[in-house]
Amino acid sequence: MNLTVIFATLLILTAVGYFLGRQRAFASVGGRASQLHSLPSYHGAYVALWCLLPALLLFLLWMLAEPHILRAITIGALPPELANLPNNQLGLVLNDIQNIAEGNAARAGADPAKLAAADHLITWERTGRIAIAIAAVAAALAGLLWGRHRIAPALRARNSVERTATILLIACSTISVITTVGIVLSLLFESLRFFAQVPFYEFLFGLQWSPQTAMRADQVGSSGAFGAIPLFAGTLLITLIAMVVAVPLGLMAAIYMADYASKTVRAFVKPALEVLAGIPTVVYGFFAALTVAPFIRGAGQSIGLDVASESALAAGVVMGVMIIPFVSSLSDDVMNAVPQSLRDGSYALGATKSETIRQVVVPAALPGIVGAVLLAVSRAIGETMIVVMAAGLTANLTANPLEAVTTVTVQIATLLVGDQEFDSPKTLSAFALGLVLFCVTLALNIVALSIVRRYREKYD
Amino acid sequence: MTEAAIEAMQFRQAETSAVRVRRRYAAERRFRFYGVLAISVAVLMLALLLATIVSKGYGAFVQTEITIDINFDSAVIDPAGTLDPAVLATADYAKLIKEALYAQFPEATSRGDKRALYDLVSTGASYELQKMVLTDPSLIGKTQPVTLTASDDVDMLNKGYMSRSGVEAERRLNDKQVGWIDGLAAKGLVSTALGTAFLTHGDSREPEQAGVWGAVVGTVFTMLVTLLMTLPLGVATAVYLEEFAPKNRWTDLIEININNLAAVPSIVFGLLGLAVFLNFFGLPRSAPLVGGMVLALIVLPTIIIAGRAAIKAVPPSIREAALGVGASKLQVVTHHVLPLAMPGILTGTIIGMAHALGETAPLLMIGMVAFIVDIPGGITDAATVLPVQIYIWADSPERAFVERTSAAIMVLLAVLLVMNGLAILLRRQFERRW
Repeated sequence: MNLTVIFATLLILTAVGYFLGRQRAFASVGGRASQLHSLPSYHGAYVALWCLLPALLLFLLWMLAEPHILRAITIGALPPELANLPNNQLGLVLNDIQNIAEGNAARAGADPAKLAAADHLITWERTGRIAIAIAAVAAALAGLLWGRHRIAPALRARNSVERTATILLIACSTISVITTVGIVLSLLFESLRFFAQVPFYEFLFGLQWSPQTAMRADQVGSSGAFGAIPLFAGTLLITLIAMVVAVPLGLMAAIYMADYASKTVRAFVKPALEVLAGIPTVVYGFFAALTVAPFIRGAGQSIGLDVASESALAAGVVMGVMIIPFVSSLSDDVMNAVPQSLRDGSYALGATKSETIRQVVVPAALPGIVGAVLLAVSRAIGETMIVVMAAGLTANLTANPLEAVTTVTVQIATLLVGDQEFDSPKTLSAFALGLVLFCVTLALNIVALSIVRRYREKYD
Repeated sequence: MTEAAIEAMQFRQAETSAVRVRRRYAAERRFRFYGVLAISVAVLMLALLLATIVSKGYGAFVQTEITIDINFDSAVIDPAGTLDPAVLATADYAKLIKEALYAQFPEATSRGDKRALYDLVSTGASYELQKMVLTDPSLIGKTQPVTLTASDDVDMLNKGYMSRSGVEAERRLNDKQVGWIDGLAAKGLVSTALGTAFLTHGDSREPEQAGVWGAVVGTVFTMLVTLLMTLPLGVATAVYLEEFAPKNRWTDLIEININNLAAVPSIVFGLLGLAVFLNFFGLPRSAPLVGGMVLALIVLPTIIIAGRAAIKAVPPSIREAALGVGASKLQVVTHHVLPLAMPGILTGTIIGMAHALGETAPLLMIGMVAFIVDIPGGITDAATVLPVQIYIWADSPERAFVERTSAAIMVLLAVLLVMNGLAILLRRQFERRW
């Protein structure tokens, strides 16, 4: 009796309800559908909704609660010496019991207490599944009968169905709000646990990033330092290099495509820029690690400079190339929004094309271009895969682009992909970094939008 | 002023203005040149990227093989002569290969030499023999030439990626091994063939056995979950915001939220998935279900914004005509507006899916970075996706994985090309200008 079977049964009952509703509607007017208030399909939908929604609600509530209830029952049935273990060891014991119950682990050599608990778990899970199956099907049948009972020629079935559909639409729209709330709450919750162990000011203003936690009290090098300034510096360095590459190239590309390019050039370059925008960032990271970084290293060594094999320059340049289409399309949009009358006035005064662009169009579109640059900065700050593959892992507080630096996103990725215990400050620091990242990108977006809105000139 | 003075002044003004005009035209030409330069750099970098990937990757579709005479000794495979499949399956096929190799190169006498000789074939070669015998048990007792997959070091040597010179201790194949391979090649027993392992096998630690099929199936499942979750949600939200929502603060809040979510870095969504879906709801780690849910949240703003634009583009006259014949608001939307807005919505969906296909960072957070060998069978089985597979292989030390990673990137880019092409086709075919 698995959950898919129960869900499928509910769906079948809903379909049955639909057909019964329609048939009942037709029967109540003796086949003359014009005497019904709503179309027969709405009567069918009315019964189907009455059948499905209460049962589905019950079913979803059960699915959410089942793991917690089963866990509580299993702990309650454990002998005292296992039940009173500290949390993480208890988790391991419960995992073992779960594996024995599912048949993943051998029953032969297992601890008899765990075997008994596993059997207990199996029995309760089976009982619970049967109970919810009966309850859901009963609720579905009850809803079906109630809906069918209510069918009458004067029933405003369409209104009820449409009201339910509108409520569903509203519920779907609030998913986006729930997502944001979820992001903020989850980041905040874990970060607060982190700040309980590492002080807030040490995290934001400390100069040493070396996230380690001691496994034993006497471990060498066990004191971790969680100062995030080197990470912020590394992020800013790589972002700066990326902007130095992307903004001039993106702007000039947009200007050339809008004003100078012939049709054939435009037909060739526009898809090329779209392809550049569509390439996954992991491919850029691979390219940076495989080709660009060794090339920069070789070029630097031939001049006599000492370039790290994972230099910030390599990651920054590739990130800049990735952002070019972004800057180009955004600034193309804002420059197109400048009215033609300004351009015409400038040409009438005898200006060349480049003078018009430099002295009329760009200043007029400047708020939009600044907004585009800020959005591109926000994109560069949040970029992960290029820097994970091409930038270094050790925090380094430097302004030299030829050295290896690490960024906030690299640290989040490496801290959470390993096998750390979930409560250690090492893992929780990733959430604190995520919170900082979220706040910074949010602030950048709000600033970009407000600049665009406040300084946008009204041309009409 | 005198005539001559006026003339001189005019001449000077004409001269300086001519110089000025020349200078301005030169500035114009320079500006245009900068534009050409910018475009050339962008296109050049794209070409360089694609050329690097293709040049490094096309070799992965070709696999080096070694042909040797194998004696399917019945004493080793089936001593009792029962032809029981269980016995045939567990026989020591490696011994048959070893004997064949030792017979080919009798000068390998020491233990180290013998092991080095066996290292020339892939670790999966014994399974290839097993499959041959299980499908055709009549092979037992015969001796015939068999083509076996070579190990990844031999493959790299054969394709020219591994140098034959240099300090022996630093090379993967020592001089004796290189000598044996050359000996086999001289007899024509080393060949290359179109390798099927890359497209049909799951992941493996051995490069010559590693394939992308597991990642492809995982990607298909994840994309399926993403599509099923995000398309209804996105269209419903777009319909509500465009058609039904009153202009109040709650609606403004939803719109601001959607625009903000579109700009949040994807790794933050991964953190959300980790904290809420894995830890709070207890969903299985590394499953396409959770990956699909996280990707659905990432793609949702794109679909909502594209959906709103498509619905807004439907002219009000269609809505008013439907209302005029007595339809209710919801009927107007479902019977008239949505079908007309569908091409735009579908185009936005395909673009969103293409974006989700390349997402790696959030899936790393929810654990899809594990070493998954089995092909996933459902959406709750542990799986990996193609971009994450690329990331894992890019980190692997073996030389042959560079080739595999590039080939996997080629597969990913091909799929993306098809998807984007489909979107463009849809847009061109069905989009109407009102």
